[in-house]
Amino acid sequence: MSSLVTKVKVKQIEALLEKGTRMDGRTLLDTREIKIEQGIIEKAEGSARVLLGKTEVVVGVKVETGEPFPDTPKDGVMTVNAELVPLASPNFEPGPPDENSIELARVVDRGIRESHAVDTEKLCIEEGKQVFVVFVDVYVLNHDGNLIDASALAAMAALLNTKMPNYEIKDGELKIKQGYTPLPMKSHPITVTIGKINGKLVVDPALEEESVMDSRITFATNEEGNICAIQKGLSGCFTPQQILDASKIALDKAVELRKKLNW
Amino acid sequence: MNEKTEKLIDKKGIRGDGRKVDELRPLKLQVGVLPNADGSAYIEHGKNKILAAAYGPREMHPKHLAQADRMVLRARYHMAPFSVQERKSPAPSRREVELSKVIKESLEPALFLELYPRTGVDVFIEVLQADGGTRCASITAAALAIADAGVPMRDLVVACAAGKVEDQVVLDLYDAEDKLGSADVPVAYMPNLNAITLLQMDGILAPAEFEKAVSMAMDGCKKIYEIQKEALKTKYMVVKETDKEIEE
Repeated sequence: MSSLVTKVKVKQIEALLEKGTRMDGRTLLDTREIKIEQGIIEKAEGSARVLLGKTEVVVGVKVETGEPFPDTPKDGVMTVNAELVPLASPNFEPGPPDENSIELARVVDRGIRESHAVDTEKLCIEEGKQVFVVFVDVYVLNHDGNLIDASALAAMAALLNTKMPNYEIKDGELKIKQGYTPLPMKSHPITVTIGKINGKLVVDPALEEESVMDSRITFATNEEGNICAIQKGLSGCFTPQQILDASKIALDKAVELRKKLNW
Repeated sequence: MNEKTEKLIDKKGIRGDGRKVDELRPLKLQVGVLPNADGSAYIEHGKNKILAAAYGPREMHPKHLAQADRMVLRARYHMAPFSVQERKSPAPSRREVELSKVIKESLEPALFLELYPRTGVDVFIEVLQADGGTRCASITAAALAIADAGVPMRDLVVACAAGKVEDQVVLDLYDAEDKLGSADVPVAYMPNLNAITLLQMDGILAPAEFEKAVSMAMDGCKKIYEIQKEALKTKYMVVKETDKEIEE
């Protein structure tokens, strides 16, 4: 969860927001600087490191073969897992995934899955028997707020960097051939999280803002400007108008980021 | 639903289970159904059958989880192994952990947490039968269970989903629509405060469709709200009537 913030700082954050600015000099609608580095883990089929301000996330993608789910025999499998490793924050503890890391993984998963980003049909080797399984593992290395957006970005960057082994079927047996092809992708979802502090909507909340915000809402949107996943979080609430305002901000931000990232 | 169902909505705008696009499933709510719990509620929402029990405010266990400045609300959403077609393992799945978290966060805005420092309220939700929209039905029942426990609330929380099926925005999806439809938008709402406390979505919706889905879900919530309040009152009407009998 969030770390402690002194009351003086809370007042300072709120006073600045009234003036339309934030602790780090951003406007309410600014995203922190984004740095993406792909292919940083040679042993993974795909990987990426994303810096969102001081928040740092590494995502590794491993591709293995396995069985498809019985209800989708023709589709490959994609799963997202997230680890809030203890080196990333004084508030993270070792142990099995808690509700925060499970929520993070599932929100990242939903954005990728619902936008059909990975073309799972092309990951089928033999219908009902063997498919490629894509494991997306999110590793948070430094927590400075907005883990959802940083992780979603890193997951997509890693998937775009993922190479699939070439294969052939000989006598019903799978044989891995030389060389690689890129993982088939159909869409590039962009995830934007908006926090609510004192009734004000702020894009890409930093850690100290997270510790004073009463709720957040995350939108994943695709190239066509459609919404493909939403998650409201934390113990506060939104008015219906605030939800609509937030959705417009998220859609606008996504267009801006899409241009910057060339997705 | 069988596999043969070709269309989820026919030409006349009637859905697979006979409803119109903006119609809720039949709803039954009952309060005070579990004698051991401080508060409890049972909901039948379509084929969903869900029990919710509230315990507290009481001492937190384990103690180190207590907060010096506020009450801690815990929610556990759990599906019975027999609640779905294929047996579900009773161990909590990742889905159940996430739903427990969002359900807790949807109920917290209704409570005066700051008035009960060092205490805890536990809400246990058991889905006995699931047929789409269990998180919403769970929230509706859980809010009633908390109210039944006598915990002061700013408003009841009521939840309902809308979604997109066959290119139309529809209210309150049942299982087949949830699985075969193209989007699902669960909304939890406090009608008196006009505040949304849970909003999720999966699928693909254009911004205008999203707006329509949210307002449709809110309208559904307002209808369920009336049934919710009625259920709470009914419990005490029954007590009054028994009183009368004794006097006579």
